[in-house]
Amino acid sequence: MMRTHRGIDTINGDIASVFADGVGFGELAVIRNPDGEESLAQVVRLAGRRVALQVFSGTRGLSVDASVRFLGRPMQLRVSQQLLGRVFDGSGRPRDGKPSLDEGEPVELAGPSVNPIRRRLPGRLVETGIPMIDVFNPLVESQKLPIFSEAGEPHAQLLARIGLQARADVIVFGGIGLPFDEAMFFQQTFEEGGVMGRTVMFVNTAADPVVERLLVPDLALAAAEQLAVAGQRVLVLLTDMTAFADALKEIAVSMEQIPSNLGFPGSLYSDLAARYEKAVDLPGAGSITILGVTTMPGGDVTHPVPDNTGYITEGQYYLTDGCISPFGSLSRLGQLVVGKATRDDHGPLMNAMIRLYARAQEAHKKLAMGFMSTETDARHLRYGELFRRHFMDLEVELPLLQALDLGWRTLAECYEPQQVGIKREVLQARWPGEVTP
Amino acid sequence: MSDQRASGTIVGVNGNLVAVRRHGPVRQGEVAEVECGSERLMAEVIRVDGEVAQLQVFEDTRRVAVGMKVAFRGELLSVTLAPGMLGTIYDGLQRPLHRLDDRQGLFLRRGAQAPAVDLQRQWAFHPTAAPGARVQAGEFLGWVQEHHIRHHVMVPLDLRGSATLIHVADAGDRRVDEVVAILRTDDGHERAVTMQQRWPVKRAIDRHERRLHPRQRLVTGCRIIDTLFPIVRGGTACVPGPFGAGKTVLQQLLARYAAVDLVIVVACGERAGEVVETIEELPRLVDPRTGGSLMERTIIVCNTSSMPVAAREASIYTGITLAEYYRQLGLDVLVLADSTSRWAQAMRETSGRLEEIPGEEAFPAYLQTRIAGLYERAGLVELRDGSTGAVTLIGTVSPAGGNFEEPVTQATLSVVGAFHGLSRARSDERRYPAIDPLESWSLYPRRIDDDDPAWDAAVEFCRTTLRRAAEVDRMMTVVGEEGVPLGDLVVYLCGELLDAAYLQQNAFDELDACTPMDRQKRDLVRIHRALTMEPSLPDKVAARRFFASLTDAFYQRNYCAPGSPELVEQDLRIDQLLAQVGPTATRAGAA
Repeated sequence: MMRTHRGIDTINGDIASVFADGVGFGELAVIRNPDGEESLAQVVRLAGRRVALQVFSGTRGLSVDASVRFLGRPMQLRVSQQLLGRVFDGSGRPRDGKPSLDEGEPVELAGPSVNPIRRRLPGRLVETGIPMIDVFNPLVESQKLPIFSEAGEPHAQLLARIGLQARADVIVFGGIGLPFDEAMFFQQTFEEGGVMGRTVMFVNTAADPVVERLLVPDLALAAAEQLAVAGQRVLVLLTDMTAFADALKEIAVSMEQIPSNLGFPGSLYSDLAARYEKAVDLPGAGSITILGVTTMPGGDVTHPVPDNTGYITEGQYYLTDGCISPFGSLSRLGQLVVGKATRDDHGPLMNAMIRLYARAQEAHKKLAMGFMSTETDARHLRYGELFRRHFMDLEVELPLLQALDLGWRTLAECYEPQQVGIKREVLQARWPGEVTP
Repeated sequence: MSDQRASGTIVGVNGNLVAVRRHGPVRQGEVAEVECGSERLMAEVIRVDGEVAQLQVFEDTRRVAVGMKVAFRGELLSVTLAPGMLGTIYDGLQRPLHRLDDRQGLFLRRGAQAPAVDLQRQWAFHPTAAPGARVQAGEFLGWVQEHHIRHHVMVPLDLRGSATLIHVADAGDRRVDEVVAILRTDDGHERAVTMQQRWPVKRAIDRHERRLHPRQRLVTGCRIIDTLFPIVRGGTACVPGPFGAGKTVLQQLLARYAAVDLVIVVACGERAGEVVETIEELPRLVDPRTGGSLMERTIIVCNTSSMPVAAREASIYTGITLAEYYRQLGLDVLVLADSTSRWAQAMRETSGRLEEIPGEEAFPAYLQTRIAGLYERAGLVELRDGSTGAVTLIGTVSPAGGNFEEPVTQATLSVVGAFHGLSRARSDERRYPAIDPLESWSLYPRRIDDDDPAWDAAVEFCRTTLRRAAEVDRMMTVVGEEGVPLGDLVVYLCGELLDAAYLQQNAFDELDACTPMDRQKRDLVRIHRALTMEPSLPDKVAARRFFASLTDAFYQRNYCAPGSPELVEQDLRIDQLLAQVGPTATRAGAA
């Protein structure tokens, strides 16, 4: 059903209203300006014959004489293997100068949830080669995890590295409000790293329309979902989810919605959850794992965006001072793989190493405050230094098993076996050197 | 119920809110169906403004258009109450999730409809009432056996006044929709009674004789709760905490170990993955009280965070209504609502769309009333036959930024009987359960159903020591360990021992995860005796060494089964440690 209407009644922010009959909520329309320029728009409110449309490319330059063609369906994306190696914008149009998609069944964006009882309990490790992740907060297939970061931290480098190194069949990248340079950085890294052939990118730069920022996660996740149903293990990388939330705020305000915290709409939690909850392990098919960057304005974790995100996701990685922090970072699903999908000494070793690093920090503080230092403190300080160099440095790339071995060697370099607080059987099996009773 | 059913036509759509021009009378809260193509979307009237009614739709409103028809059902949002609900996983509107699959068998189907219980299943009905009896709503007519529960068939709960029983079915197999009795009401009508009935979720089931003052302990197996901040059968409690503080694990422990007949878990706006964990785990665990699986005593009402928001608001009411029904059967029911903040946020979203004047943090002005109204539905009641039933409600709260000053936490604190506040500092130090022993409180009497002076003294000692230890700890951060006297350091170490060896519990250890009440009493009294013997310690180094060993011994003891040789060994070790430092400690008494 194609219906064309001429003339726009009101324009307010990125919302344009027309009078039309028989239009469905959420339906897509094409607005054509008299100068020939076209933009997609989505129905966001119906009141009698008045239809409010959210114009994807913004309303600047939109004429009251424009014509509106309703497509009779919500926004869709064609998903097939054809997507791989391609770059699209926030409206799903090619950004790479190649032709549009013509294969694959069109699927609606933001489709229904997976039935909770049809989900499979996660239990497979996604190895990344980054010891702070693999050893201390393992990423599990179908997990959703944010990287809590700040302006100036190397979250782009970290995310790109995870993309390159993680074992996944397909990478779906969603860039939301990125500076152009950063978007190019990701594309180049994926091309040079040789993974572009199994990557699809949806990119909205800071110069692109705000409304399209809202669509990027939905496009990325719709693609991921179809590929997962087809049996692929998909890793979705989203950056920056704070820009997504800011776009939500901007549009909610222009729709005259009542703001709750710091101007964000009351639905912020549900809006974020609807996206993150797409992470899933499907029985008899593939999976979706989501890693998102959330920059914390002012480094404040209680800001509504990181705060709501923390309640939704299954843990978080804190990126501070250029490292993934061993404290505060958490993988809630880690316990499903540690020692089960990895090695039996993984759990005790990981706990002991973190506990000792906390002691090292205390010893460091003690030193700084001028309290007395003991022989044990000296060991702690040495360990702290080695821990930072061998594990926390983001440049380090080590397969998990080698990282575990290095962990044992590091402990043995600094401590006697009875000082590390690990069960005797484990020590006897793994400690490099003699374990005296 | 109204005989006349109205219809209507859609005149506006705003998110999940539709405006409907009504033809005929409608009721506030009435359920309606939006006819969107071949799909039927459930909705509820939330405002009437002359000819136009505002409805909130419980599903995604995509493709809903102006001019579509709406059929009102003449009934408020209701649930079905019948045998066959135990072990089921429902959505927020009481649709069984295993019947809501789409064609692929993976996704939830919009507009799906399914009966709440299996209508084909046969139940062995045993009549207990005889024709001629005068009966009132809620009186028992007969029963069927469902797992460990004797499920009574009741005179319909919505019956007004009295009625005369004129027929009761013989013993035999019946489906839930078969007539098992016939009543003649006082106004002369005959009414057929089946094993299933409907009840509107936003109205409390109150067909009992009277409400009682709750004063019987509900044993959760969680030491810090049972010892310091107890809850009672028919009481209420809230568990607020920032993300990552362990709310979910605590809820899962309560669902597993609380000593009740039935548990209703309301997963309201939280992660679907957590529901998966519960579903995978409960069927494998054995209920020590019945020998059946824990799933057989559990009902899950599940509206996870990506499921429609309007049904999230309904889900908590669905859960508490099911609980009230089982209370009416004389059972002891625990409702775990995780999380009431998501429920409050769902109200906020709807309120915002209705353009109501916002209160604090944009929550509606009636937030406090709704929260109070919900917690008031818990309670201990005496039924008409003199037996009792209870609904205990424990709600988690997810305060924004972990700040307890926010409206949902504050509104909740003013109505609950116990507050188990989770602290980020404790969870960061991996001190689980991260219930803050200094901030939390319980209004329920500590001596609930027992009289044991040794236990009272031990609990009092535990409280005082924890408070004083925290003071010493604060002092030491300023002046260092060298700045406090030995006596203070000992108090601090006593506090640490109580924390590490008693308050903290390992949720993933089969034995330590749940401590029965009698063991809690023995263990705490033993710790109390050990710590009040005034050890003679020459200096701080000796004090630290002594307490490190003692703490470890008491800690290891938690992993020893009662009566096991390991327990005897640890007790011996404790006695030896005490004997080394004090003359009076030798007969500390083995547990």
